Amino acid sequence: MATRAEITSGLAEILEEVAGVNPDDVAEEKSFTDDLDVDSLSMVEVVVAAEEKFGVKIPDNEVQNLKTVGDAVTYIEANH
Amino acid sequence: MSNVDVVVTGLGATTPLGGDVASTWDAMLAGHSGVGPLTQEWAEQLPVRIGALLKVDPSEVIDRVKMRRLDRAEAMAIIAAKEAWADAGLAGSGLDPERLAVSYGSGIGGALTLLEQDDILEKSGPRRVSPHTVPMLMPNGPAAWIGIELGAQAGVRAMASACATGAEAVALGLDLIRAGRADVVLAGSTEAVVHPLPIAGFASMRAMSTRNDEPERASRPWDKNRDGFVLGEGAGAIVLERADHAAARGARVHARLLGGGITSDGYDIVQPDPECKGGIRAMKMAIKDSGLTGADIQHVNAHATSTPVGDMGEIIGIKAAIGSHPILTSTKSMTGHLLGAAGALESIATILALREGVIPPTINLDDPDERLDLEVAAHKARTAEIQAAMNNSFGFGGHNVALIFGKA
Repeated sequence: MATRAEITSGLAEILEEVAGVNPDDVAEEKSFTDDLDVDSLSMVEVVVAAEEKFGVKIPDNEVQNLKTVGDAVTYIEANH
Repeated sequence: MSNVDVVVTGLGATTPLGGDVASTWDAMLAGHSGVGPLTQEWAEQLPVRIGALLKVDPSEVIDRVKMRRLDRAEAMAIIAAKEAWADAGLAGSGLDPERLAVSYGSGIGGALTLLEQDDILEKSGPRRVSPHTVPMLMPNGPAAWIGIELGAQAGVRAMASACATGAEAVALGLDLIRAGRADVVLAGSTEAVVHPLPIAGFASMRAMSTRNDEPERASRPWDKNRDGFVLGEGAGAIVLERADHAAARGARVHARLLGGGITSDGYDIVQPDPECKGGIRAMKMAIKDSGLTGADIQHVNAHATSTPVGDMGEIIGIKAAIGSHPILTSTKSMTGHLLGAAGALESIATILALREGVIPPTINLDDPDERLDLEVAAHKARTAEIQAAMNNSFGFGGHNVALIFGKA
């Protein structure tokens, strides 16, 4: 089981790869769209990469609830 | 002839000879070849293992994250367009974005993306297909990206007329300005299909040179031993501007765009009319449109791709439409054939020939076809004070486009 910090750090790697987000900017309270400037198509890439990295399934109807990095960490923690 | 004069105020390119216009032009004048061996593993099985790849890869110019959203052809188009835009000095000039249009095309479009994403689909399933796939492969993608980069709001036109695309995009730009639909048009074309599938397709048509042991000598327009074209990749961009608009802001003018002619053969999907009838009509139309006569055309940057049939048909056409006096060249001898982007790059070479008073050479013309009875700037660049010059482009589907540029 990965810790919340490990999941956050894994998401930061993905965000840097697909959207060029500085890993230092990634924190649980940050909003993907408002704070990290991740647009809807990049968010699709983040989700698919996170599914692969953490061995979870993130259904499309769940993605709209993942507003912040913390939301994603909580979902991955509960489902992987 | 329209009473609206159009001038060229910006040039941009990324080609097998250089990452910009200046380096490309220098290499042309020096007679360098941009053709080399294709050393990729996929090339091993192909009958054609040579090509003209970009001198400067787009990934050296555009950042990695942005490149994820761009087909190679789109990235090249953006690089060329930005150079042309900077060259024109239009940034911050107060140009109304609603008076800026784009006329930009590609012969084949985002084929590399289509093929790459199809591999992912087959290997990893639909969920792994990039969400950027559609905007990367759509044929209007390069034009649309340029429109976004420059903020153009007078319409983004995406041309597709095979190997005549670049020239047709320039001709449309001329029409747009003359019709009053724009004051400035970013025109040109891009092509990036150096991939085994298009190569295999062209090779199956027996259209490509198989001189695999001598890449630099493979593209040899009008030479007796030519055996087909060499595939190249690249992009060219030309800023066209209403002459009084350019004069009002004190812009530097590279050349004037005097006229264009567009015809179609209505004959065969790949074979040009053997008597070059459609080509002759395009050339005559362009001359008339320019308000000139054939006697005024001193130089032709020919389509001449190094295929056995096409090269000689064009010679018949030039003699019929212009006469026997112009000095010809085929810069494809150095760049290979950039397909849809050829007309844009060769327009740039024509414009620079006028501006600099020097015609770039046709390399590899060691043993001219005996039916070649016109003068060619063979082997070495030729100094020539020219006032008006033509650029020809012909494409699969029977597209014929001739453009005429005049000295500034």
